[in-house]
Amino acid sequence: MLEIKNLHAAIDDKEILRGVDLKVNAGEVHAIMGPNGSGKSTLSYVLAGRDGYEVTAGEVTYRGKDLLALAAEERAGEGLFLAFQYPVEIPGVDNATFLKTAYNAVRKYRGEPPVDAMQFLKLMRAKRDQLGMSDEMLRRAVNVGFSGGEKKRNEIFQMAILDPTLAILDETDSGLDIDALRTVADGINALRSPHRAIVVITHYQRLLDYVQPDFVHVLSKGRIVRSGSKELALELEREGYAAIATAA
Amino acid sequence: MPAASDTVDLVREVTEQKYKYGFVTDIETESVPKGLNEDIVRFISAKKQEPAWLLEWRLKAYRLWTTQEEPTWAKVRFPRIDYQDAYYYSAPKQAGERPKSLADVDPRLIETYEKLGIPLKEQEMLAGVAVDAVFDSVSVATTFRKKLEEVGVIFCSMSEAVREHPDLVRKYLGSVVPYSDNYFATLNSAVFTDGSFVFVPKGVRCPMELSTYFRINAAQTGQFERTLIVAEEGAYVSYLEGCTAPMRDENQLHAAVVELVALDDAEIKYSTVQNWYPGDENGKGGIYNFVTKRGACRGRNSKIAWTQVETGSAITWKYPSCILQGDNSVGEFYSIAITNHHQQADTGTKMIHLGRNTRSRIVSKGISAGQADQTYRGLVRVQPKAVHARNHTQCDSLLIGDKCGAHTVPYIESKNRTARVEHEATTSRIGDDQLFYCMQRGMSAEEAVSLIVNGFCREVLQALPMEFAVEAQKLVGISLEGSVG
Repeated sequence: MLEIKNLHAAIDDKEILRGVDLKVNAGEVHAIMGPNGSGKSTLSYVLAGRDGYEVTAGEVTYRGKDLLALAAEERAGEGLFLAFQYPVEIPGVDNATFLKTAYNAVRKYRGEPPVDAMQFLKLMRAKRDQLGMSDEMLRRAVNVGFSGGEKKRNEIFQMAILDPTLAILDETDSGLDIDALRTVADGINALRSPHRAIVVITHYQRLLDYVQPDFVHVLSKGRIVRSGSKELALELEREGYAAIATAA
Repeated sequence: MPAASDTVDLVREVTEQKYKYGFVTDIETESVPKGLNEDIVRFISAKKQEPAWLLEWRLKAYRLWTTQEEPTWAKVRFPRIDYQDAYYYSAPKQAGERPKSLADVDPRLIETYEKLGIPLKEQEMLAGVAVDAVFDSVSVATTFRKKLEEVGVIFCSMSEAVREHPDLVRKYLGSVVPYSDNYFATLNSAVFTDGSFVFVPKGVRCPMELSTYFRINAAQTGQFERTLIVAEEGAYVSYLEGCTAPMRDENQLHAAVVELVALDDAEIKYSTVQNWYPGDENGKGGIYNFVTKRGACRGRNSKIAWTQVETGSAITWKYPSCILQGDNSVGEFYSIAITNHHQQADTGTKMIHLGRNTRSRIVSKGISAGQADQTYRGLVRVQPKAVHARNHTQCDSLLIGDKCGAHTVPYIESKNRTARVEHEATTSRIGDDQLFYCMQRGMSAEEAVSLIVNGFCREVLQALPMEFAVEAQKLVGISLEGSVG
C-alpha cells in the first residue's frame, strides 16, 4: 500500500530525513519509534503534504500513485489520514460542521454525491459511542476548550468517520492519562481492518501495550536504523534509544 | 450545517465568475446633464413633484455643501472626486408615470432583479419578505404593499412617501441626520433621489421582513438614496438592504443617508448585506460607499440593532450609530467587514448614551486579505445624565496573508461616574496550522478559509434574520476568493 524509498526531506535547508525506507501493506500496524528530533513528526508531515517541507530525494508510492505529486487535500481524498500530535483549534466552527464539510469534500474528490445533514448525523451517532464522544463535544467548536484527552479522542473519532485507507497517528498517546490512553487505544483497535494500514508514531512503548503492532521500526537521525517485531519495542524500553541507535 | 456545505459549493462555483453581479442592463434612461448646480437640484425636486418646503430644504443643503470640505480624517486614500463629472439623476425611461402594478414594470427590470436573485413577482418571492427595488435613482417596484397596508404598515419609495404622506415625511426627515450633518449627508440632502420609507404605527408588529434592493446600473452615475424608518410606540420592524452594481473601470459614488426613529418600547432591526462592486484585483473601479446611517432611540425601552455584512465597495466609509435618548434604551451593532485585494474600509459605529440605564453592545469582526486595509473606528460617548449606562465592545480582526492591514481606533468618552464601558480587541491571523489541518481532512484551501472565516464571524451571522444568514455566509466565502495562494 505504502512504499517509501530513500526519502530525504529538509526544512529551511536543514536536512531532517536522510534516506527513510519503509514498506507498509494493507492490514498491517507499524510502529515508528524514536527519540526527540529523530524526524518522526517530519515524516508524518511529509507524507501528509504539509507546506514548508522540501523533499530533496527519494520517492513515495501510495496505492500505486506518486504520493508526493499530490496536494495535501488530494492525499486526504485518496484515503490518507493524519491524527495530529497537536490537534488545531478552529473557533466558531462546530465539530459536526467541520467533519461534515471534510466528509463531503472527500466524497466529492471520489466523485460521490454529498450526504445531507440527516444522513451525516446518523453516521456520527453510530461512531460517537465507540469513542465516548458526547453530543456536547460534537456541538463544541473544533478542539476549542478540549482537554488533551478529548482532543486525541476527537482525532480518532474523525478517523472513524473519514474511514481512511492509511492512518498515520502522530504521538497520539502523548499527554494522555491511563484511562484516556485505553479509550483511544480501544478506538484504534476497533479501526484495525484488513483493508487499512495504520502507522503509529510514538516516543514511548506504553501505547503498544494496548495497540499491538505487527512491526516496530526505530527512527534515528532521519533514518530507520532497525526494524523488528513487537519485541523490539520492549528492548528499546529496557535499553534506551542511545544503545540501539549506536548498535545500529 | 447545510449552510457550510453551501458555502463550500459556492466558493467553487465562483472560481470562474468572481463578481457575478457585474452585468449591465441595457435600458434607455433619462438623465440630467452631468454636474451639480441649483438647477439640477430643482430638476430632481420637480421631477418628483415635491412640495416647496422640501425643495427649500434641498437648496439649503446644496448651498451649505458648496462651502464644505470633504472630510479627510478617515484612513482611506483615493484620488480627488470631481463632483461635476458625474450624473445626479438617472432613471429607466418609462411611458408616463411610475408603473401602477408589477405587470406594468419593464420586463428588463424584472429580469435584472431575477438575475440578482431577487424575484419581484410576489408568488415567487421568499415568503414573508416584502421588497422595494431601487434602480439607479428611482424605486421601480415595491411588493406586498396591500398586505402591509392591511395592518397599517406603510412601505413605499421615498418619492411616493413625499407625495402621499407628506406630514410624516416632514416630521421625521432630517430629524436624526440633519442636512448639515456632514459633507456626504449634506450632498445627499441636496440631491437624494429615492430610497425606502417605512412607517409602523403604534402597537403593530410588522408581519414580514421588509427589504430594499439597491442597484446602480448607469455609468458615471452616483446613487443618493435616503431611507427613513419610523417605529411608533410598541412597534417592531425588521428591515434588510442589499446592494450590487455592474463592474466598471471608473469609480462610482454612493452617498446614502439612513434615518431610524424608535419611540417608546419600539424596536428596529436594520440589516445590511452590502456587496457593491469592489473593483478588480488591481484596485481598478469599484464603488465609493460614503454613507451616513443613524438611529434615534427616542422612546423609553426602545431598541435599535444594526447588523451589517460589508463585503463590497472599493472604499467604505460608514458608521451606523445609535442615539440612546430614551431611558433604558438599547443600541446594538454587529458587523462583519471583509476587504480583499485593494479594498479599503474605515467603518465602525457610534453609541451616544443620553438617557438613564441605556445599554449598548458592539461586536465587530473585520477580515482583511490581499493588500486591503481596514480600520474599525468606534465612538462610545456617555453624557452626564446617562446614569448607569453600559457598553460592551468586542472588536476582532483577522488577517489573511502578510500584505493587508487592520487597525482599531476606539474613542471612549464618559462623563458619568456610574457608567461602565468595556472594550476588548483581538487581532489574529489564519494560521498555516489551521489551513493544513482542514486540508489534511480533504478540504481545498478555499473551503478551509471559508470555513474558518465563517467560524470567526459566527456571532454576527447569528444576529442576521434567518432568511439572509445563509446568503451572507456564502458571500463571506466568495469575497475571500483568491486570498490564499
